[in-house]
Amino acid sequence: MGLKEFQVVGRHLPTTNDPNPKIYRMRIFAPNEVVAKSRFWYFLRQLKKVKKASGEIIGVNVIHEAKPLKVKNFGIWLRYDSRSGTHNMYKEFRDLSRADAVKSLYQDMAARHRARFRSIHILRVVEIAKTDDVRRPYIKQLLTPNLKFPLPHRVGKSAATFVAHRPSTF
Amino acid sequence: MTDSTFKRFVEVGRVVLLKSGPSAGKIAVIAEIIDHNRAIIDGPTTGVPRQSFPYRHLTLTPIALTKLPRGAGSGVIRKQVEKEGTVAKWESSTWAKKRAAMEKRRSLNDFERFSVMVTKKQRRDVVRKTLAKAA
Repeated sequence: MGLKEFQVVGRHLPTTNDPNPKIYRMRIFAPNEVVAKSRFWYFLRQLKKVKKASGEIIGVNVIHEAKPLKVKNFGIWLRYDSRSGTHNMYKEFRDLSRADAVKSLYQDMAARHRARFRSIHILRVVEIAKTDDVRRPYIKQLLTPNLKFPLPHRVGKSAATFVAHRPSTF
Repeated sequence: MTDSTFKRFVEVGRVVLLKSGPSAGKIAVIAEIIDHNRAIIDGPTTGVPRQSFPYRHLTLTPIALTKLPRGAGSGVIRKQVEKEGTVAKWESSTWAKKRAAMEKRRSLNDFERFSVMVTKKQRRDVVRKTLAKAA
């Protein structure tokens, strides 16, 4: 279930007081358009005095990754609700696209902090341009020049219950 | 680590054999390491599109390209592979030959299987006769 990045554009419905309301645009990470529109209203409601009933969505477009085969280091700022409070966090991911990095983020937050999709706000996703700006050691270790490592003791699933030879682990 | 017990490393330029997916059974080159689970592989001469691939579905081979810059594009990889004759090195290895033999054996039709039986019998016959004469 991959996430996609959407550009959602919407505004308050025009009224007699305000015949040309301001148009707002958000970049939302969601699995599909429906969720994207819903999240748009959720965030916009928190920021402006507008809700789905009193507004309209002007457009929803998928933002595709510009270079999906280039490996990038992403820094993601987020805010999430834990069981006893809400916290800010900064995490780094090494991935091929913004949507993939955000997907990994959600998986990581679920695993490490039991935080669900609904409790996480993605504040900022930035591709880290210079290798020096990477802050986390778990990403830095992958950026060492001439990186190489073995795959020690690979355990494979055997198709049969009984085999003639012990398996090779490399 | 001066002397490692490990001989096959995940590194830029390592030739890998794909174990599953649409390109299963083909070889490709590691172009860039993404993280400890995935790498970008590319096989321009063997028909493997450039993509991210998990190590779980790869087997490392003892062959590696000697010089490949990190994140090299498909064109660069193609040139290096052709210059070093990597595909020929793979095809001439015992491993690749055994794989090809197994594939051939599994794809035999009934007549071919019969012909194999007949030629094996003939060979066996010659061997036995020579052995009897020598004894």
